[in-house]
This record gives sequence, structure tokens and C-alpha cells, in this order.
Amino acid sequence: MRRSKVAFYGFIAPCFIAFTITVIIPFIFGIYYSFTDWNGIKSDVSFIGFSNYAEIFSDKGFGSSFLFTILFAVASVLLINIIGFTLAIIVTRKLKIQNVLRTVFFMPNLIGGLILGFIWQFIFVKVFAMIGDATGAKWMLGWLSTTETGFWGLVILMCWQMSGYIMIIYIAALQNIPTELIEASKIDGANFKARMKHIIFPLIRPGFTVCLFLTLSNAFKLYDQNLSLTGGAPRNSTQMLALNIYNTAFKFNKMGQAQAKAIIFFVVIALISLIQVYFSKKGEVEL
Amino acid sequence: MKANKVITGIIGSVLGLLFLAPFYIILTNSFKTKKELFMNTLSLPKGLNFDNYIKAWKELDFIKVFFNSFLITLISIVVIIVFASMAAWMIQRTNNKIANLILYMFIAAMLIPFQSVMLPLVRLMGNLHMLNIPGIIFMYLGFGSSLSIFLYHGFIKSIPRSLDEAATIDGCNSLQTYIYVIFPILKPISITVALLNMVWIWNDYLLPSLTINNEETHTIPLRIFYFFGQYTKQWHLALAGLTLSIIPVIIFYFFAQKQIIESVTAGSVKS
Repeated sequence: MRRSKVAFYGFIAPCFIAFTITVIIPFIFGIYYSFTDWNGIKSDVSFIGFSNYAEIFSDKGFGSSFLFTILFAVASVLLINIIGFTLAIIVTRKLKIQNVLRTVFFMPNLIGGLILGFIWQFIFVKVFAMIGDATGAKWMLGWLSTTETGFWGLVILMCWQMSGYIMIIYIAALQNIPTELIEASKIDGANFKARMKHIIFPLIRPGFTVCLFLTLSNAFKLYDQNLSLTGGAPRNSTQMLALNIYNTAFKFNKMGQAQAKAIIFFVVIALISLIQVYFSKKGEVEL
Repeated sequence: MKANKVITGIIGSVLGLLFLAPFYIILTNSFKTKKELFMNTLSLPKGLNFDNYIKAWKELDFIKVFFNSFLITLISIVVIIVFASMAAWMIQRTNNKIANLILYMFIAAMLIPFQSVMLPLVRLMGNLHMLNIPGIIFMYLGFGSSLSIFLYHGFIKSIPRSLDEAATIDGCNSLQTYIYVIFPILKPISITVALLNMVWIWNDYLLPSLTINNEETHTIPLRIFYFFGQYTKQWHLALAGLTLSIIPVIIFYFFAQKQIIESVTAGSVKS
């Protein structure tokens, strides 16, 4: 069956044009701008070679943002996956309230990150302080005013938002396990722990890979929640990569340098995603 | 076994309450006066005092920003569904070198984070005089295309070609075949694509913040950001505003939760 070329390009054109103008052209221009002194004010930009990149390596702010982001990613990925998996186990044990629980656990995921950050700002700053004052629990005082509490604040916020999402994926993975296998293991006398180790964990590996990298790339790209919960405070010590790029561009008008950071950011995210594809294809248990 | 189930039920309920606690806290505190809130953030409000809501409603210009968000989200979704399904169908059915190259381009672009293109994008869109609502919808089509085409492409693979051929024999041209034969079959995946894009576009803050300079066209997240900056020491008003902004999402969730959860599963597992 042959179709005319007109029909082919006509059908693809709307998406292709929008995609080219919003993604491809800016991406190519972005690589070019990262080698220029573009500052967003003067209209002509000049080529300055690798100096933006060289400057980034001596930029302590970017280095500490990078480190903060990596630490945040490690902590939040671990916790979100542990909590998400636990929730999935709880709501797949045929409880009467399991549907209500699923609804509740998933709900925060639908609310925008910006709004979530403001909600938790109130909880950490006002509610925590009140409980701390009333009970004498010193650790509940002064949240978001130090780097540590800002860090854990972000982790808690992300756990609240993403655990329910990750739970949904683990539920799908758990439901793919044939019930005969579980039944057989019960007859063979395997307890809960043994079933987890020898049947459930190996068989949910595909789901686990998806969850691991979803949370990882989300953690690296975090922006809205970072902006509204801490805004980088105190003294930019809780500023993550995306916020650092934004501030470099719009607070300091160093567009060229921000763009160079954005290219490094792209390389990091792309590497994470490609490693994911590699691991998803490799080492999954076949039934 | 029975005892195990009871313990799981109790742990589940405790966790459920913990997950609900933030909603409870902002809801109860949004009804308090400034003084009440200062005294105690954990007590129930003395009464249902709607003053905060009335003030927040006015200050947010809630009807207008809600309408802006609604309009941008709705039109973007319609545009994405129509154009992404058309493109995916044509790519899948043509299946030659060029078609596959285009498909891989869309898929590979999913690796590019928004921050990596935002600065040149804003400059380019400014030069094209498209920093306005039509421009935003155009950009959502551009950014939404990749995942949407990918999902549609996977679905269309399972639709037998004989359907297209039968329509051609009956005298349909490509457009008629698409409208009368293909598009109706795509309904389940269209719902998935619609919901995934809806959650993203409705909540998106960064793109509107970079492209909308006019207060008249503020979306909900954008207005909340400015509102919050203005009332940062007045939590009673800020909380009423935040509650207002999440009510539409919660209402929608209760009506469409099954489809939303299915869509999210489909979207994440496939990508």
C-alpha cells in the first residue's frame, strides 16, 4: 500500500514543526550558546571557546549544588523505593481498606510540586516548631533554617509525593507474579521472608529497575519543590542543579555560563537514562 | 495469618493517616484567624470562618487564573491528542527509513531535560513573538509530542493494517481513514495520553513562569507563586489560597482515579 508523500508529511508536520522549534533548534543553539558570552542583554553574542566550561569547574556554587543533588538523589531514591515497596505490599494483601489506602497514598502525586513545597514549608516551619515547643523536642525546632533540615525537608517532601507513584508500579509488578508460584512456595513451607527473597524480589526486578531510575532522574531534575520549599536557603546551600542553572541565568544574567551548566546537566541526565536502558535489558528473570 | 492481616491493616491505616496529615493541617489552619493560627497550629478552628477564603479568592483572582489554567490545559491536550495520534499512525504505517528516523528522534529527545533548552527557547520564542497563550500551547505540543507519539505508536502496532486497507478500498483517503476508522479505535490510549499530559501541564510552573509576563494570563501555579511571595508572613491567607488551588485536582481525582492510576502505570512502565 502506497501513500502519497503529501499525506505523510502533512500528518507528521504539526508535531514535527512544534517539536523542532521547541526542542531541536533550542538544543542545537544551546550547545552554541554555551561557548559564548551571551548575557541576555546585548543582542550580539561572541564566541569565547571553553571559558564558560572552565569557569564552571572553579565555581564552588555549582560544585556544592552538584554534591547536594547527588546526596539528595541517593537519600530520596532509597527511601522512596523502600516506602513505595512497603506500601505496595500492604495494599496487595487483600485488606478491606486497600482501595481507600491506594487512593490516599497516590493523592499527593497529582498536586503540583510548587504547591507541595509551600504546604510543607508551613508544616516544617510552623507546625514542627509548635510541636517542638510543646514537647521540648529540640530537633523539631528551626527546620529549613539549616542545610541539614533543608535537605531532610526536601527528602520528606519527595517521599510524600512520590512513594504512592512508585507504589503503583510495584503493585503492577507484584500482580504479574503468577499465584501458582506463591501457592507452591507456601506448600513447600516457605515463610514470608523466604518467599520475598527467592520469588518476589527476583520477579519484580523489571519493576524495580523502572522505579529506581524514575526516582533517580526525578531527583536530579527537581526544581519546583526546591524553589518553593527552601529556595536554596540558607545561603544557597540547599540549591540543587536545576535551580542553580536558573539563578545563574536570571539572577546573574550569565546566560552563556548557565547554558554550559545546562549542557553538563543534559549529559548527566542522559547518562542516567542510558544506564537504565542498559540495566533494564540485562539480567531480568525470564519465567 | 489472620493476626498478620490485622497488623498489616493497622500499619496501613497509620501510614494512611500520616499521608493525609498534611491535607488535614492546611485545611484546618486555613479557617483560622491570624491570631488563632499563631496560638496553635494543631487545634481545630473555632468555627468555619470563610474570611480567609474570600480574601484569597479575590487576591488570586481565582476564577480568572482557574480559567487560564483550564483553557491552556484543555487546548494543549486536544492539540496533542489530534496531532500526536496522526503523526504516530503515519509513522507506524509508512515504516520506511525516514519514518523510523523521525520516530527515533522523538524518542531520543525524551533524554533532554527542559533546563537544557529553556534559555535558547525563550529567546527564540521571543523573537517569533510567541510569548503568549498560543505560544505556550505550541510549546506544550512540542514537548508533549515525544511521549505521546511513543505511546500511540506502541498501540497502533497492534491495530491490523487490513482495517486501513478496507477503508481505502471503500474509497477513503488518508484523512478520512484516520478520522472514521483509526481515531475511534485509539480511545483507550487517547485517555492515557490525555491524563498524563493533563497532570503535567496543569501543574507546570517553570514554562509559564518563563513565557507569561502578563498578569491577565497567569496560570494557577504562577499566581500561587506571586501570591505566596506577597503573603509569606500571613499563613492564614496563604493556606486558604493553597487549599483553593488543590481543590480542583482533588475533585477531579475522585472522579477519575481509576483511569489516572492506570494511565500513570502505562506511561511509566512503557517509558
